[in-house]
Amino acid sequence: MSLNTIMVFAEGDESGPTTLTLELIRAARGLAANVEAFVLEDGSSMAESLGDHGVSKIHAMGGAEGKLVGAHAAACLANLVASNVPDAVFFGQTPDGRDTAARLSVRLDQPVITNNVGATVEDGVLVLEEPVFGGTQNIFTAFRNDGPSLALFRPKSFDAESIGGGVAEVNVVEVADPGNSGTAVVTGRVIEERSGPQLDSAAVVVSGGRGLGQPEAYELVEELAGLLNAASGASRAIVDAGWVPYSKQVGQTGKVVKPSLYFACGISGATQHLVGMKGSKVIIAINKDPEAPIFSVADLGIVGDVHKVMPALIETLKAK
Amino acid sequence: MKVVVCVKQIPDPALPGELNPATNLLKRDGKLILDESDSYGVEMALQLVEAAGGGEVSLVSMAPNNEMSGLRTALAMGADDAILVSDENLAGTDALGTAKVLAAAIGRLSPDLILAGVESSDGYTGTVPEMIAGVLDLPSVTFAKQISIDGDTVKVQRQTEAGYDDIECKLPVLLSVTAGVVEPRYPSFKGIMAAKKKPVEALDLEGLGIESNTVGVVGARQETIRVTEAEERESGEIIEDDGDAHQRIAEFLGELKVV
Repeated sequence: MSLNTIMVFAEGDESGPTTLTLELIRAARGLAANVEAFVLEDGSSMAESLGDHGVSKIHAMGGAEGKLVGAHAAACLANLVASNVPDAVFFGQTPDGRDTAARLSVRLDQPVITNNVGATVEDGVLVLEEPVFGGTQNIFTAFRNDGPSLALFRPKSFDAESIGGGVAEVNVVEVADPGNSGTAVVTGRVIEERSGPQLDSAAVVVSGGRGLGQPEAYELVEELAGLLNAASGASRAIVDAGWVPYSKQVGQTGKVVKPSLYFACGISGATQHLVGMKGSKVIIAINKDPEAPIFSVADLGIVGDVHKVMPALIETLKAK
Repeated sequence: MKVVVCVKQIPDPALPGELNPATNLLKRDGKLILDESDSYGVEMALQLVEAAGGGEVSLVSMAPNNEMSGLRTALAMGADDAILVSDENLAGTDALGTAKVLAAAIGRLSPDLILAGVESSDGYTGTVPEMIAGVLDLPSVTFAKQISIDGDTVKVQRQTEAGYDDIECKLPVLLSVTAGVVEPRYPSFKGIMAAKKKPVEALDLEGLGIESNTVGVVGARQETIRVTEAEERESGEIIEDDGDAHQRIAEFLGELKVV
């Protein structure tokens, strides 16, 4: 027995919905007869692509420009689901997704289950799958609530699929006033430079960690990435230390990547990092410590000094 | 200025985690330590109070068995006092229940500013801070990577996928801070000695005025129905570099047709 309606919190920009949004729609489509989406702004730019992926109706909230999304979207969603109760609301595990789910959870007094990578319906109830202990075990949790079930999903848990659906119907919903909770304002937006292959989508990713020793050594990562036409990534340790921007972080916090090849340089493989890259098809690791956990997932592991192996490898590849 | 910092005391992340087979809940009955993610909030609070020319840093925490070793670490860093909520009915409490409990404790203190880590290192739901703000009907900014206070306004750089947003908000407000926002200080010997005498108010659910059926396993309204072992990734060829490992990598890249 499937569910009736699942609402998806859709994120995106002028160029369309995010891949994560389309992944959530795919998941929802397998579980419910009807999939609807909640979007910010006027929604018209997404009506086509969301419809194409199987969304029948879009609820579009305008008027949140210059405001933080969470409090406003949650106030609006709370009104919406009160009159038009879905069985579940799906969110992507993004900053705005988490904020909105958390605020909505309080407004509806409903539990929210986070970090999910899978979902099924069993005996008419939504059951969610969450990896724990660095992905060594999976916990399956069933909702036992009365009301919409709220769920947050990790990126790359499902494959987006276009099904050739028609343009989704757009229902413009009024902005609800979140009151005092919505008083934070956005005064500026800074986009850090992004050039070359992007972490989310690159076929090859080269990442560096604390084992590089010093910020300047990250240039080795950039250079090797350049030679392999790869995106460059980083462990949380060197992002926290300020060597590279957060946009390069791979892991539980940061980006989940599933490239054909993941190349870990000077990364020990803390749980926080493994969760974000374990799904890679092939993993190569270089690390000094033979006991480093990264070697337990590596297809080719080099116990050695990144400062020796990487420059030699770069020279070899350049000579080819 | 009065700042409250939410701190979680967690099982040592260096030790392998374990589920209680009877309840499928994470085992938390051993010694607990201060979650490193929260040490950034504590440090931030200490620096903001210093910059404001004085004030008070209070901690709130929820833990089983009145466990306070992690709280003592934060007090040794320089926090002034703490509220610790402990109650046997809290076992199995989810994010929303935790937020209800912490919000009730925070409500007793009427702070100007509430700080929390973006997410804990054991449960990492990343939803509790925003939920606390929801329960208290306060504005909030999550993923704060830089914070400054000017009069009654807080200015925050909020980390985004692509860079960061500049945010402004009037106090009181709740902020969740990223790891790396500041460099947490190590407790000094003097600090450790002083922490032993700092006041920790121990409260149970009744003391906070919370009905036990709104928290714990009952309040969570969810049930772990099974736990499975994940498919293990086989480790492959491990070699020690004796000067020509780069050639093996180049060869391997060739086999993969990457180069």
